Parts: sequence; structure tokens; C-alpha cells
Amino acid sequence: MTDRIETIIGQGGVGLAPAKPRAVKLDRSDIILQSISYVFVTLFALFCLAPFVLILSASFSSEAAIMKTGFGILPKDFTLTAYEWIFRAPRQVVGSYIVTITMTVCGTAIGLFIISMTGYALNRKDFPFRNYIAFFIYFTTLFSAGLAPTFLWVARDLGLRGNYLAVFLQLLMTPWLIILMKNFMRTVPYEIIESGKMDGAGDFRIFLSLCLPMMKPALATIGLFLALAYWNEWYLSSLYLGSTVEFKPLQYHLYNVINTANALRNSVAGSNVSVTNLPSNTLKMASAIVAIGPILLLYPFIQRYFVSGITIGAVKG
Amino acid sequence: MAKEEAFQRRKSLLRQLVDSRVLLLMCVPAIIFFIVFNYAPMPGAWIAFTNFNYRDGIFGSPFVGLKNFEFLIKSGQLWTLTRNTILYNLAFIILGNILQIAIAIMLNEIRSAFFKKISQAAMFLPFFISAVLVGVIAFNLLNYDTGAINALIRQTGGDPIKIYSQAGLWPIIIILVHLWQSTGYGSIVYFAAIMGIDRSLYEAATVDGANAWQRIRYVTLPSLKPTFIILVLFSLGGIMHGNFGLFWNLIGNNASLFSTTDIIETSVYRMVLSQNNFTTSTAVGLYQSLFGFALVMTANWIVRRINKDYALF
Repeated sequence: MTDRIETIIGQGGVGLAPAKPRAVKLDRSDIILQSISYVFVTLFALFCLAPFVLILSASFSSEAAIMKTGFGILPKDFTLTAYEWIFRAPRQVVGSYIVTITMTVCGTAIGLFIISMTGYALNRKDFPFRNYIAFFIYFTTLFSAGLAPTFLWVARDLGLRGNYLAVFLQLLMTPWLIILMKNFMRTVPYEIIESGKMDGAGDFRIFLSLCLPMMKPALATIGLFLALAYWNEWYLSSLYLGSTVEFKPLQYHLYNVINTANALRNSVAGSNVSVTNLPSNTLKMASAIVAIGPILLLYPFIQRYFVSGITIGAVKG
Repeated sequence: MAKEEAFQRRKSLLRQLVDSRVLLLMCVPAIIFFIVFNYAPMPGAWIAFTNFNYRDGIFGSPFVGLKNFEFLIKSGQLWTLTRNTILYNLAFIILGNILQIAIAIMLNEIRSAFFKKISQAAMFLPFFISAVLVGVIAFNLLNYDTGAINALIRQTGGDPIKIYSQAGLWPIIIILVHLWQSTGYGSIVYFAAIMGIDRSLYEAATVDGANAWQRIRYVTLPSLKPTFIILVLFSLGGIMHGNFGLFWNLIGNNASLFSTTDIIETSVYRMVLSQNNFTTSTAVGLYQSLFGFALVMTANWIVRRINKDYALF
């Protein structure tokens, strides 16, 4: 059955060969279509960007101006007050950053290693159990125990309530990433594996020193998917960590700052400190910028790897 | 390669195990992972048929048969949740695919490589942010006192709207947010499919006197049909599973909006986390899993009838 998956994914139209320019002569319909395209794509792109601009502007606005006239597309009464509040007592934010960065780095490294090992083995045509194992993994996408039994199992039976491991471990891999890696592995010609065998290399050695070096684009793509999942994680934290840990993963920290007034105050002043004049509206926006900052900065460099990943894994996206 | 496979099949199981021990070992971490986090909790679905309490545990708690399901059906909750989940997904699938195809076709018409790159990057950006940030954006835009939309309404002299208490508005908002977040991502797939179309088809069409619209109608769209059918059928298979993060961060515990916004995932999450209600939530989860499973099977069966090569299994 996994061969079927390969077939479909193979249809995704991989390979972004540049389109050859069409006949140069443009008639009226071409010009109209092109004009519509430019206008509509521009509008939609602006629609996608606008919310980011809104948040950025709001974070640089003064609370008084926001209270008076509300959020807008340009900063109102430009000020750095909100950021000053965050970095005056940065304990919470820095703690969250450390937790999230540690999880992201370790999770991506370990997850990537396991995923590529599995993907490699499942792609080996001479591995007799590959279809059984692939189905065993794939089946988890068809049927699941559901949230409540899983929660009871992980929190109670495994005893991981309040333990960062509950979050860290569950994000290590997904069936989709394993299938994606398996498809990437198909680009390694079987002759290379055979030549490795000929030279007397073991299966693991062939994987490590022959296949992995050829898989750099795949590793980048899947590594980025993993890193994004760790960076954006808030859901498992809300289930398994709650308020049991002092330093919450970054996005869950942001979740609390947005949704509870106490969390907002504690995040900038520590608990048991009474604060007046807290610029709560702009502070929320500044916290959001602090939480996505690295993604926005890295975005231009990483975006293209995702494009190749989506193209290859089209169906299960 | 085929010869090798035939040869493998003839070997005894033990021999196969020994010969492929390294490859097997390489799969062990992943197998353990899925056993621990996916298969081990499955027997826990039994909770759906019990009156679960912590002291007696899953299999010691009194058996109540289908009572939990009966309650869900009688209270009408199951119907509301199913209806909301399916209708939202249908809207996402239909509008999403139309918009994605439209954007992909338009991107293909754009000649400037620079413009294409920049606009694609802009449209793809929302995919990268966490659901929590989607909640922040919604707060920025929609809240009554300082929200950007109400600010605009006030400036133009209108009456501000209490958006967070008007259930009727939310289907539109949720669909817009979903399209905002997923269109750039989805259009990449269609764009790649368009790039894969044989250019000579377009040249032939032009020679035959087809204008731009006719080329789209008779070349591009038919060529996208297989991709479209597969993507739609697979999304239909997942129609019982909602986008939890999106709904939860937009609505959360705002009960006045539940009638039009509560989906299976959000309801189960609330039952587990704030009500400690494990029986009803497990029942809903099991219903979702079984129904979803049946749907995937059906979708796959249909795909198989259309074209065997596209089927999952």
C-alpha cells in the first residue's frame, strides 16, 4: 500500500522547471488577464501581510493613543514603552526563550536523525518488512485513541504531567514527515547502496556516509518542519504543563499573556508586584513580536525549503 | 531489483530477520515512538463505555454500555458538533481550492520573477506563525474597545460592533482567517502542477487561435483536474477533523459563540481540560475516530474506482 502513496505523491508535479516564455505576441485577452493577475495577487499579498504590520505598529504605539483611537496600520505616537516593559524584567521572556530554543534545537536534531533513519530503511527495496512497518506507522493517521485517553495515558500512566518531556517527545516525529523523508530517499540511486554493499559497508554505515550527505535538501526541509513545530508549540504545553512549570514554552507564554491579565502582569513585573499604568494593549502586541521575531528574521532564508517540501509531499499536506 | 525482492520472499522469516537486523534496528526508535504515543493509549478508548473514575481506573470503572453516546445524541450536542465540523471543513475545502487554483493561475501569468517571488513569500508567511499569534491578530482586529476594524468604523462615524458576542459573524471570520493562513501554502501545490504542464499544449492552443481565457479553460484547468480531485478527496477523508488551534485561539471559552463555532476538537479539549470529563470526551473522540476512519476508507474506495494509481491502498 505504501507503494501507492509513493505513486500519488510522485504525481505532485515535482521539479519547478522554469516556464518557457510563451509566444511573445499578446492579444487583448492576455493583457486583461495579466492586469487582473497583477492586481489580484497584489491585493491578496497585502491582505496576507497587513495583520503583521498591524501588530508591529501597535507594539510601537503609545497605550494612550491606542485607547483613544484604537489599533491602526501606522504606529500612533511612536514609542518603545512596551518593549521597555518587557526587557525591564526579562526573566520570564528569557526563560521561555531558553526553554523553546533548547527544545527546538534538541528536538530537531534527534527527530531528524530518527526520521531519516526510518525513512532510509523503509525506502530500501531489499528490506522485507518495509511495508508492514510503513503501514504500522501510517495507520496512526487513520485511527487514534482520541485526546482524553491519550491525555490520561501520558499524564497519569507515563507520569509526564508537568514534565517538559511530555511536550518534547510527542513532537519528535509525525507519520507524514517519515513518509516525506522516505520519498526524498528515493532520489538516492539504488546503485549507490549496492556499491556500498559491495565494498563491505554495513546498512547503517551506508546510510550515514553514503545517503545522508546526498540528502542535504531533504534534511533541511524536514528539519525546518520540525523546528517550526517546536517553535510554534503551545497546545501540548497547555495540556501537560499548564501552570506547573515556571518557564513556559514561548508560544504558550504568549498564549497566557494574551488571555489572562495576571500572566501579562507577571510576565513583566514578577508575581506579587502591583503595577499601575500597565500598557496592556501595546504590551500584548510587543510580546507577540518578541515571540515571532526569529521566524520573521529567518523567513527569507528558510521559505524556499518549505516550498520543495510541500511540492514533494503535496498530498498529505 | 525485482529479482532481489523475489529472492527475499523465498527466504525463511528467521533468515530475513537476521539479514535485515540493522535495518530493523534503525526503525526501532520510530516503532517505539508510535507504540508509546499512539497505540498504547488506544485501549483507553474503552472509557467511552464506562462511568470512569480515577480510583478504579479504566478497566475497573463500572461498565455503562452506550449510555455516554445516548446522552450525547439526546442532548443534540453530537449533532451540533458534527454539523459545525463538517460544514466548516466543506467551506474550507471548496473555497480554499478555488482560491488556491485562482492564485496559482494568476501567479503563472505574472512575468516579473521578482514580483512573483515577493508576492509568493508574502502569501506564504501566515503559514509560519503559531495559532496563538492568529489569536493575537484577531484580538488586534476585532476587539470592541481598540480593535482596528472598530477603530475604522468609529473614524467613519459608524457604530462599533461587539464582534465577540455575535455568533452569526463568526463563520465568515473563521473562513477568512483560514483562507488567510492556508492559501499561500496550498497554491504552491497547484503552481507546481501548472509548471508541470507541457508547454507545447499552450503553444498548440495559441496556434489554434485560443485566447488567454480559452487556454485556461481548455488547457490549464483540465490539466489540474487530477491534482484537484486527489486533494479534495483526501481532504474529504479528513472532514471529521477540525483545525483545533485556529478555532480555540479565535473562540476559546466564549460560550456565546459556541452555537456556530464549536467543533469536535474544541469541545473535547474543553471537556478534558476544564471539566475533567473523561467519559463524554472519550465517547466523542471515539465517534470522531470511527466516523473519520469510515470516511477515509470511502474516499479511498472512490479514488480507486476513478484511478487505481491514486488510491492510498
